[in-house]
Amino acid sequence: MTTKTVAGHDIEVNDEGFFVDPEAWTEDMAPALAAEEGIDALTDQHWTVIRFMRSEYAEKGTGPTVRVLGKTSGVSVKELYQLFPKGPAKIAARIAGIPKPRGCI
Amino acid sequence: MDTGHQHIVILGAGTGGTLTANRLRSRLPEHRATITVVDQDDQHVYQPGLLFVPFGLADPLDIVKPRHRQLHRGINYLQQAVDRVETGDNTVHLADGSTLHYDVLIVATGAVLLPGETEGLTGPGWNERVFTFYDLDGATRLAEALESFEGGELVVNVVDLPIKCPVAPLEFCFLADWFFTERGRRDDVKITYVTPLDGAFTKPTASTRLSSMLADKGIELVTEFNTGTVHGDTDEGHPRIESWDERTVDFDLAVVIPLHGGAPFVGRSPGLGDDLDFVTVDQQTLQSSAAPNVFAIGDATSVPASKAGSVTHFEGEVLVDNVVAFLEGHELRALFDGHANCFIETGFDKAMLIDFNYDTEPLPGHFPGKIGAPLLAESKLNHLGKLMFQWFYWHVLLPGRDIPGLGSAMPTAGKESS
Ligand SMILES: Cc1cc2nc3c(=O)[nH]c(=O)nc-3n(C[C@H](O)[C@H](O)[C@H](O)COP(=O)(O)OP(=O)(O)OC[C@H]3O[C@@H](n4cnc5c(N)ncnc54)[C@H](O)[C@@H]3O)c2cc1C
Repeated sequence: MTTKTVAGHDIEVNDEGFFVDPEAWTEDMAPALAAEEGIDALTDQHWTVIRFMRSEYAEKGTGPTVRVLGKTSGVSVKELYQLFPKGPAKIAARIAGIPKPRGCI
Repeated sequence: MDTGHQHIVILGAGTGGTLTANRLRSRLPEHRATITVVDQDDQHVYQPGLLFVPFGLADPLDIVKPRHRQLHRGINYLQQAVDRVETGDNTVHLADGSTLHYDVLIVATGAVLLPGETEGLTGPGWNERVFTFYDLDGATRLAEALESFEGGELVVNVVDLPIKCPVAPLEFCFLADWFFTERGRRDDVKITYVTPLDGAFTKPTASTRLSSMLADKGIELVTEFNTGTVHGDTDEGHPRIESWDERTVDFDLAVVIPLHGGAPFVGRSPGLGDDLDFVTVDQQTLQSSAAPNVFAIGDATSVPASKAGSVTHFEGEVLVDNVVAFLEGHELRALFDGHANCFIETGFDKAMLIDFNYDTEPLPGHFPGKIGAPLLAESKLNHLGKLMFQWFYWHVLLPGRDIPGLGSAMPTAGKESS
């Protein structure tokens, strides 16, 4: 676990860079978190996905996988990879301040 | 709670439905409960045997038996496809338009393969140079293709999780290495394992061990590959799989494990399933979140455990206790811990064994106690265990017999602590 500063807030993240406490996340942190992932500007579509990740996490206790995102978020898998090229579920989860989606067993 | 005569309906007569029906029948006398099991066909496939069919190590005919014959006396068998369930009025709607009323419902309809959800997978080259061994037809066709494969690139690809028996694709690679070595063709075949995970397997300790085994056997590992399209055609360049982030892996023969989902009727049943049509249940009691008189078992559930026969078996004990408690108006006290136990066939007459649950990683040591089969290590004893499993499946697991000294909860005695 490490502490880092995001948009002026001190945040705890785990070894893989996911928020330890999703409650500590605020919207103003998202652009800085996105920049760390190599995403320079957050479009409306990015925000659709980020907000969807947050609400799914709040409801189900885990973020959706790419496959479920493609089925339910209104953004297709192809578009998801254009928005978050290095792995939509993982990257969007980091930017949305939620734990790594569980999906894989 | 009404303690009069009850109707228990079980959907699915595979591993979970069969063992649950048999266990419940021996717990509940016929004057207390009628048990009806519904399945769409009468061919019970021993699915772990599918791994051996492509290599000529199992005959397709030897791994299939009639479903109704696995059910004990006093259990009704109805061969019908389920169309949907209305938990609001305790009714199952069948494909022929008829209905079944239940007091308690158990969903054991497993997982389905969804090859059509991956672009190109069932297009040109399907069953010609693109195969799956996850069903009997595919495994049988693949046996011919492997026997006549002269050489080139053999790619084994898992499209995405969850899948049944997540170690089976790795076992396939190990057996392919053995198969081509035996035939003196190993030098002509390049084997590559392509997975969406960031390692060979989901659980870190086992993943490290399995990665080094792949390396030892000269099997290449490609990770974090999310297959978007399969190009099985020879017309437009070399046949290849392509990921969503536009990486490609060429193949001459591809063995693809397609996407899995729950049975489609779950999606047509209000409130029963999640986005992938798996039935949402409490991961400890196996009770549905849709209604207290509905339960699910096996591959059909959304619980974060491996989709494996061993898991289904361990769940069975818990489920039966809870169904009986429910009928008697008691609290559900039996709790499932996520226990899974898999033999991993590693080729050359050896296998290894892993044992884990929701909270505990597969650890080295011995199973079930200090003296027993080696865990997380290859041995001939484990290979025999894997072969014995088929006998055990038909004669112990499906009839619902208890195994002395081996209950549902994961044993810790023989494990080295992490
Ligand atoms: C290649 C392969 C290798 C495997 N190896 C192993 C192994 O080594 N060890 C291990 O423990 N497990 C292994 N497994 C996994 C194991 O076979 C399954 O986890 C287990 O069979 C699950 O049992 P189930 O009852 O949940 O589903 P199933 O046994 O698949 O039964 C589901 C039943 O529901 C029926 N059904 C579905 N929809 C409907 C409908 N609409 N109407 C009526 N009936 C319906 C189906 O016909 C089927 O009979 C393997 C699986 C595969 C594919």
